[in-house]
Amino acid sequence: MVNKDSVKGTLLVALVLCLVCSVVISTAAVLLRPTQQANVELDIKRNVLMIGGLVTDPKASKATIEQTFSAVTTRYVDLRTGKFTDEKPLGGSGRAAAKISSASERLTSNEDIAKIIRRENISEVYLVEKNGTLEKVILPVRGYGLWGTLYGFLALKRDLNTVIGLGFYQQKETAGLGGEVDNPKWKAQWVGKKIYDAKGNVAVKLVKGGVNPASPEAKYEVDALSGATLTSNGVDNLLHFWLGSEGFGPFLKNLKAGEA
Amino acid sequence: MSVSMKLKDTLLGPVINNNPIALQILGVCSALAVTTTLSAALVMCLALTAVTAFSNLSISLIRNQIPNSIRIIVQMTVIASLVILVDQILKALAYGVSKQLTVFVGLIITNCIVMGRAEAFAMKHGPVDSFFDGIGNGLGYSFILICLAVIRELFGSGTLLGYTILPTINNGGWYNPNGLLLLAPSAFFLIALIIWAIRSWKPNQVEEEVFKIAPNSRVHPAEEVA
Repeated sequence: MVNKDSVKGTLLVALVLCLVCSVVISTAAVLLRPTQQANVELDIKRNVLMIGGLVTDPKASKATIEQTFSAVTTRYVDLRTGKFTDEKPLGGSGRAAAKISSASERLTSNEDIAKIIRRENISEVYLVEKNGTLEKVILPVRGYGLWGTLYGFLALKRDLNTVIGLGFYQQKETAGLGGEVDNPKWKAQWVGKKIYDAKGNVAVKLVKGGVNPASPEAKYEVDALSGATLTSNGVDNLLHFWLGSEGFGPFLKNLKAGEA
Repeated sequence: MSVSMKLKDTLLGPVINNNPIALQILGVCSALAVTTTLSAALVMCLALTAVTAFSNLSISLIRNQIPNSIRIIVQMTVIASLVILVDQILKALAYGVSKQLTVFVGLIITNCIVMGRAEAFAMKHGPVDSFFDGIGNGLGYSFILICLAVIRELFGSGTLLGYTILPTINNGGWYNPNGLLLLAPSAFFLIALIIWAIRSWKPNQVEEEVFKIAPNSRVHPAEEVA
């Protein structure tokens, strides 16, 4: 037996320990990966359905989610041209593609109002069709809030101008303040809001101090979150980005004209 | 002292008498970060207790083989491996909560309680004692975290475990929530109050003063006039 405090002993113990630890960790990672992947996918589906108003119970079972999701078609959009493409985003989702330099573009600071740094070339969109006509479009959106990036979905009616719902499936905002982006009462305000004005500009915005229902602008306005100016700005910015010319703006225009 | 008495002492001592947060002042950073909601705090407590117990157990098992010159890095490797394991298991079995805890599970690695117990206790004691010491310190940590989380969630958001207890004005109720409680500094104030309460109850926890404050030497203005 080698003396444990000699150089040889020290190296030996370090080597054996590292080997044992790495085997344990990699075994666990490999064994658990399929379950983890399934969780992530189910979570995305659940959020798409909830925000699109297809499922209302947040605790809906896995079977319900899978079954309801069969009514949703996942399509891919080339954000550079604003048209459908058969090509899938690298890494499986637009969010993953934005991290790969060959599948995304770096935004200039003027373009990057949502502070996402890179925008993917191809993004997924979710369509709900009934008897061959489009019913709903659900778009993935993201942007920086106060503490981190908010990831969510925006669901639009077939006129591509009326909001069905906006929600975030991942955010790191302060619980109780910015974290109120998850408050169902706040989210309910989004339903029925219009996003584009008559000239086709993005008009939807968050306003401080409450929406005046008498104002002609009220149909574009949603109450900002109290005590969470930066989170509210983040939500406002990410909507402007993803509905604007660098985001899904061209795609929505094409889709409306039937040329997507 | 009988064996079972001693075990009980190792297990329950750290809850009040030798609390890792209130007396040893370890692991305060995560106590600030994960106590805005009770459910996140509970999962964090479970995760930390499991990591402390098993890191103590494994380090105690190999304590006679650990070369003295690299003992800290060996402890770190064991702890880091366990934390990654817990993180992976949470992602697979409790996805919702793991999303809520995000980086804080990974940050258990840097939690001073785990390392502190490994170095101070597990390196010198047998596996069984070390395992229970880990659980005990986890319980002590949990005790403070749960106190903080109950106060912060109840008075900060009016809910407990997500269920409405005090209906807030935002949701059409009467309760005006205290926004400060949702921010990290409030946990500092609450921890200080808990330490104060524990030390008033058990004065032997009060540390000796490092230096004495001298009496005020300035002459009182009234006396000057006279």
